[in-house]
Amino acid sequence: MSPIELLTVVSTVAALIAIAIGVMFPAIAMGRAISQALDALARQPEAEKSIMRTLFIGLAMIESLAIYVLVIALIVLFRNPLIEYVLN
Amino acid sequence: MEESKVLMVFGPLHITDTVLSTWGLMLVLTLFCVIFTRRLRCESPSKIQVLLESTVSLIENLIADILPGQARKLVPFIGTLWLFLVFANLLGLIPGLHSPTGNLSITAALAIVVFLSVHWYGIQHDGLKNYLRHYLSPTPLMLPFHLISEITRTLALAIRLFGNIASLEMAALLVLLVAGFLVPVPLLLLHVIEALVQAYIFGMLALVYIAGGIQSQQQHKDKREKSS
Repeated sequence: MSPIELLTVVSTVAALIAIAIGVMFPAIAMGRAISQALDALARQPEAEKSIMRTLFIGLAMIESLAIYVLVIALIVLFRNPLIEYVLN
Repeated sequence: MEESKVLMVFGPLHITDTVLSTWGLMLVLTLFCVIFTRRLRCESPSKIQVLLESTVSLIENLIADILPGQARKLVPFIGTLWLFLVFANLLGLIPGLHSPTGNLSITAALAIVVFLSVHWYGIQHDGLKNYLRHYLSPTPLMLPFHLISEITRTLALAIRLFGNIASLEMAALLVLLVAGFLVPVPLLLLHVIEALVQAYIFGMLALVYIAGGIQSQQQHKDKREKSS
């Protein structure tokens, strides 16, 4: 296999594995956060406003982890900086 | 990660479609606000006046929940962020236009504005010396961590908005390529929700960061007053 083919195969597989793992763990974390928030909401419905606000901010923080993985996967797929080394 | 199209060239200045849609959006929003706030009436307000008033009071209440007493000062900045981001994110739904926020340059610029405004409001609230002191609390050992958190949270702010909006557009495009005409409509509905949520979160995080800059000195001041 020529180096450029190898790079294509490896970067595709790496991007797929990265996005699979990188989505799995934030999903678990988001599930836990939401279940805890619902717990707190059931116990103290009058605190709904602040619970929802904190939940949204926390979800955004967790979600940004998955977005980082997505951005890295996109860089690997479309703008791979290593491709210059292979071509030279 | 497509390049944005270059529409016009003025010497070294390349005007891309992102710049054009951003400035167009700013113009439309500003003109709308200027025109409809010219004749405000206390008695029998027009429908648009009611809409504008309820929007402003909604924003003010949201800010007052987090920073009671400072809401008036922050409404212009946070409210502008919210309004601009809502319409910028929704702009991608109009055929032929792309969301300006799907471009990393725009989100990075917004994140830098938030980064600077945290220090601006913090210094304005309690002076330069007292503001800088909170970087050394509780011990000077924490200084590198404070600095790292300043940089990473600004980076995260930019990447989060860009990644969400760009990936939504990309997902709709991919579904269109794979499945065909009219199939990505449910995805576009998701786009509406995501656009609102991301705008809310961006403004809310900016607000929380600014509140952090103000409140950390508040605690410091309280402690000093107690000890003296």
